[in-house]
Amino acid sequence: MEVFSLIADGVLTAVQPVNLLLIVIGVTVGLFIGAMPGLGSVNGVAILLPVTFLVPPTGAIIFLAAIYYGAMYGGAISSVALGIPGASTAVATTFDGRPLALQGRASLALVTAALASFVGGTVATVFFSLFAPLLADVALSFGPPEIFALMLLAFATFVGLGGDDISKTIFSICFGLVLAAVGFDTISGEPRLVLFDIQGFLRGIGFIVLAIGVYGIGEMLWTIEQTRGEVTTTNPKMTAKGLASDTKEAVHRGWKGTWIGSILGFFVGVLPAAGATPGSLMAYGVAKMTSRTPEEFGRGSPDGVAAPEAANNSASTGSMLPMLTLGIPGSPTTAILLGGMVMWGLTPGPRLFIDESEFVWGLIGSFYISNLVAVLINLAFIPLFIWMLRMPFTILAPLIFVLSIVGGFAASRSMHDLWLIVIFGIAAFFMRKFDYPLAPAVLAIVLGPIAEPTLRQSLLLSSGDPMIFFTRPIAAPIMVIAIVLILLPAVKLLRRKRHMAEG
Amino acid sequence: MRQGEISLAGLLALFSLYLMYKSTELPIGYISGQGPGGGFWPFWLSLGMLLSCVTIAYNWWRGRSPAAVSQEPLMDAFGWRTVALVGGGVVAFVALIPIISMYGAICLFMIYYLHFLGRHSWLLTLTIAIVLPVALFFFFEGAMYISMPQGLPFTQPFFDMMYDIIY
Repeated sequence: MEVFSLIADGVLTAVQPVNLLLIVIGVTVGLFIGAMPGLGSVNGVAILLPVTFLVPPTGAIIFLAAIYYGAMYGGAISSVALGIPGASTAVATTFDGRPLALQGRASLALVTAALASFVGGTVATVFFSLFAPLLADVALSFGPPEIFALMLLAFATFVGLGGDDISKTIFSICFGLVLAAVGFDTISGEPRLVLFDIQGFLRGIGFIVLAIGVYGIGEMLWTIEQTRGEVTTTNPKMTAKGLASDTKEAVHRGWKGTWIGSILGFFVGVLPAAGATPGSLMAYGVAKMTSRTPEEFGRGSPDGVAAPEAANNSASTGSMLPMLTLGIPGSPTTAILLGGMVMWGLTPGPRLFIDESEFVWGLIGSFYISNLVAVLINLAFIPLFIWMLRMPFTILAPLIFVLSIVGGFAASRSMHDLWLIVIFGIAAFFMRKFDYPLAPAVLAIVLGPIAEPTLRQSLLLSSGDPMIFFTRPIAAPIMVIAIVLILLPAVKLLRRKRHMAEG
Repeated sequence: MRQGEISLAGLLALFSLYLMYKSTELPIGYISGQGPGGGFWPFWLSLGMLLSCVTIAYNWWRGRSPAAVSQEPLMDAFGWRTVALVGGGVVAFVALIPIISMYGAICLFMIYYLHFLGRHSWLLTLTIAIVLPVALFFFFEGAMYISMPQGLPFTQPFFDMMYDIIY
């Protein structure tokens, strides 16, 4: 019962006029920053960190957490309206969000994303309030073998996303993972894969470069070529009645994905080094696998929007847990939040809940309020984002190209990366023509920097014995599930062939 | 399409071989006391890419993929022209950034796309071509503190004037 009175105190702290104002401003700013391709919560939090010195620490962290929440909601807007995932956490949202927008159902996609994000964030906050210290202990028991097993599970859940051509899907995954290895070997510190000896590759290839190339340039070229320049605008309806019926449909057709994303996202988000991106991908994969209509996924399923959106919000809240209880940031944004806390004279760790209980419970209370404010502001702005889709395609297309290039530069500040975006875009166009699935490559470049070091550390721990993954109590079941999932499409294919041969 | 499928697989196989070669610049095996070498991860993944290309070629030979049995051309003349005009426009846009600045390149690209490809009126074209880079300037330079490329020195008076407004 003590927890509930602490939460009530926290909520009261969060609804104090100054803090409430900070939440509203933070969520709105975060929403627009997140909706911009190339910019995500990390940019918003980093840029506005100095502003927080004007208010007390509790108000400061509430403001930054509100930006974080707003940006998480905003990532879906770019994925649905422009077809470009603004951040890695919103990659899976494009799979069904974009097809829905192209069917003229962008408002359904955006409402589903907003509601799923709200449920995800709220469920995670409840888990956070009730189980914070316990979960911190569980998270600590995840070493490199467990994290690698989890990465393999994330890959396994999206092996099925690439369609029937498994060899092209595997090519795409390996390609993304190799691209993630370009730059420096993080363990030995030596330059690695400096392609054609071009010095720009020493900086590595960021996720956003490949994502903007594939979705911002390649996908647009493909659309223009397929429709022979005669693209019909989606002309989405936007009325109060339409919004109400979309809300009803979102609840009816997206509830399952929402719950899967909310629960799975939180537990993946809690793990240090995992975070919201693997959480959203796994939620999408699990929602597809457990769906009665998996064939709808990738063609505009509300469950396909709800699962990753609920998961990325849930995981964002979850990733605050190791930051507060252990001092381990789960994502780049929480790393900046951690830096901010240290600057304000707070020491994250097990004693934070005791020594600074007003701060911690004020922050947790703000999660509840931020979520509510975020969903209301998001729903209020949906007509604006829908209006954007009503533009003639000959205006929308150059705008997307411009936002891709500007956003790409803002993320990397390098002309080398801009040329890479163009090259990836043109290559993606031709690969798409030959049915190479490119989403697995984009996902692989995000997970590669987590998967490689954990594999190498695990093998170092076991003196090169791969059985380490099958002898540890947490890693072993995850590995077995992952291997079963990887083999499943091949088994299905063989069965189908046998049926065809018999029939 | 049939010829394109095997040509692309061949090209990607060659790229995979190149990546394998580049990976061997660092050790690809297990180093006692240090774990797998720096080249271990990319080498075996590049080999995975190569084997995938071999499988794609095998499927092509057996006529198992849609592209392998298609007699359609990759694109007709109109498709090539559209892709060249749009893709070429994007390439020119990026090439112009170090010369006339990000904002200048956006302005020219919008004029090219809206008026010459999209056939929109000069009024609409010029309104968007001027308002968009100015709005992006205030967003990135003013609100986000992100500096975009400013091009060659002749663009400086424009930037000086704009910075006077912000600061």
